[in-house]
Amino acid sequence: MKLAARLVAPIAALALAGLTACAPGTSDNSSAAKDDRTGTLRLWLFREVSNEPKEKVVDQVVAAFEKAHDGAKVKVEYIPVETRAERMKAAFNDPKSAPDVIEYGNTDTAGYVKDGGLADVTTEFNGWADSKDSDPTARTSVTVDGKVYGAPFFVGVRALYYRTDVFEELGLEPPKTLDELTTAAQRIRAARPELYGLVVGGAYTYGAMPFVWANGGEIAEGRGGSYASTIDSDAARKGIETYTSLFGDDNCPAAKCAGMGGNDTVTAFAAGKAGMAIGGDFSHAAVEAGKVKGKYAVVPLPGVKSGSVAPAFAGGNNIGVLRSTTHRTLAVDLMKRLASKRTQGALFDAMGFLPTYTDVRAEAAKKEPFIEPFVKTLASGTRFVPVSPAWARIDASLVLPTMFQEVVSGKKDVDEASEDAADRMNDAFSSVG
Amino acid sequence: MTLVPTSPAGTARSRVRGGPAAPRPRARPRSRGAAAWTPWLYLAPALIVLGALLVYPVGQLGLISLLEYTQAQVSGGEPTSFRGVGNYAELFADAQFWQVLLATVGFATACVVSTLAVGCALAVLLTRVRAVPRLALMLAALGAWATPAVTGSTVWLLLFDPDFGPVNRVLGLGDHSWTYGRYSAFFLVLLEVVWCSFPFVMVTVYAGIRAVPSEVLEAAALDGASQWRIWRSVLAPMLRPILVVVTIQSIIWDFKVFTQIYVMTGGGGIAGQNLVLNVYAYQKAFAASEYSLGSAIGVVMLLILLAITLVYLRLLRGQGEEL
Repeated sequence: MKLAARLVAPIAALALAGLTACAPGTSDNSSAAKDDRTGTLRLWLFREVSNEPKEKVVDQVVAAFEKAHDGAKVKVEYIPVETRAERMKAAFNDPKSAPDVIEYGNTDTAGYVKDGGLADVTTEFNGWADSKDSDPTARTSVTVDGKVYGAPFFVGVRALYYRTDVFEELGLEPPKTLDELTTAAQRIRAARPELYGLVVGGAYTYGAMPFVWANGGEIAEGRGGSYASTIDSDAARKGIETYTSLFGDDNCPAAKCAGMGGNDTVTAFAAGKAGMAIGGDFSHAAVEAGKVKGKYAVVPLPGVKSGSVAPAFAGGNNIGVLRSTTHRTLAVDLMKRLASKRTQGALFDAMGFLPTYTDVRAEAAKKEPFIEPFVKTLASGTRFVPVSPAWARIDASLVLPTMFQEVVSGKKDVDEASEDAADRMNDAFSSVG
Repeated sequence: MTLVPTSPAGTARSRVRGGPAAPRPRARPRSRGAAAWTPWLYLAPALIVLGALLVYPVGQLGLISLLEYTQAQVSGGEPTSFRGVGNYAELFADAQFWQVLLATVGFATACVVSTLAVGCALAVLLTRVRAVPRLALMLAALGAWATPAVTGSTVWLLLFDPDFGPVNRVLGLGDHSWTYGRYSAFFLVLLEVVWCSFPFVMVTVYAGIRAVPSEVLEAAALDGASQWRIWRSVLAPMLRPILVVVTIQSIIWDFKVFTQIYVMTGGGGIAGQNLVLNVYAYQKAFAASEYSLGSAIGVVMLLILLAITLVYLRLLRGQGEEL
């Protein structure tokens, strides 16, 4: 018995220590009480493929900022886009080593707000002269529940890239409706079997969604502050049908295209393996560097009716201030300077980032005719993903790609796949309240 | 685990440590009080290490699986709350979880069987060939073993690439896509998993075979036993302790396969058809920041693996083998 007692004591002690000492950590991310006017601010920006021109513009902004605020310094760090999620989580978990100002993808807004990471800058944003010309979609992308959590930095939209040489050879005109798009794609494939007509991807959500939107469908609709998925509505199903019908031996064989993502399709187009592709203004450099340089043009992706434009997804990045910053006033000023009309104009010249201000954008289109179809796409109305913290979960669990792939691979029909997707989305929406 | 084979024919006789001579007399401790703590003193280093490396993390895993713990809780946006078995209920209510679990069990079983078959066959082959081919085989296996999983997966994927892969060209398959069909994608991943895990089995079993006294094998050969018969009736029973270890290792490894699936099927295949439990847990826990749900999956996986291991050991015990 004694032995048993001796055995039990240490084990119990160990278990007790384990229970009391190790509730999982929660970091204190409440907004700091301090608002220092001097000291060092940390700024995190994304590292682009060719980052140097961006650095030059940012350096100028930082120099002007440091000149205006005596005793303030800025430490800029460029973080890789691929690991941004980990870096941001780490920053939220450890406010002490977190940056003060960050660049972030606009689909992450609602998630970061729920995580308690971003500071509410509604007053400052609305009182800022530049924000008057901010386009409505860009404004939506920084707004959660009526409060503003940052300033739009640039937007990105997708349009239709097509091969001018192939179109000329086959006597094709750039498609004016989605039906014409399908016909043109099939004709290209029939005449040139080594090419995909329109290269599409089963995992290319933002290339597929314009088909849904053009048919009047939506991913989800906001109802009383929360969202309910409408991806299984008749209109949305029609769009899914149109997009998935492009997978097949007469355009883009399912066996190869079902697994493709956005980058894969752009790569295929740039390598001269496709007659058409849906690519962004940000894909320009990649296409220019490929085999098709000088043999392609861009038009807005057509809608259902002749002359209409399929609504594009308004991607892009924002600049935000972290809630844990101890330099709030300075950080907000730095945010404004980075997202100002002037900086955005300079960034367009340097990097080709589309400005979020309508007037600056019009100016840019005059200088660079290449972006004209993208500006036109933006002007005819864009869409955004549901501004809900559930979106991060829906995105991560690949609900939409799974839906498209299920249809493409013949595992489910459109009705069943869209219903399952809607269920999974509603689960996510309801779990975040 | 020692590599010393137990007595031939694997009877229930336990191993004898010292000589058959008289058991060594033990020094009696002087006072009982001091003696009480002595074993603990000796055990302390092991217990501390075990506690730090096993009890603490597993305890945390179990604890988190009972909470509502997502990114919002980690970064202090919302308070952490106790959910009881809510995470488990959510998990078990998810039809996809059961489907993934079934796929994982099937896939892991196929991987374990193939790995053991290939590993053991090549180990026997190693004992039969001359020095130079043996060295070549050893080096090739070690190369596969030393290749990082990400690199290996990428190379295999490239070999089977529909457009540029040499395999399709050699087999004349045109632009057949190996990752499109569910089973063909699983098969491709299985090839990679076997390729990168058979060397461990092969080397361990080879070492075991080498430790088998050659007289026993000679005797079997003189009695006219075939290769297969020698393996089945002589080598396998003598190597049982080793086979047990490699089998359990393989089960655990193959059940936990992540990299190969993640890299080769692009994070779970077309419409998630190639998801295995670990990739599924990753999607839930990290990509979607649902740490508590991910922990629940982890706990379930831990229990399954423990159960399999215990049942396996129990079965062996039933056959009179002591480990």
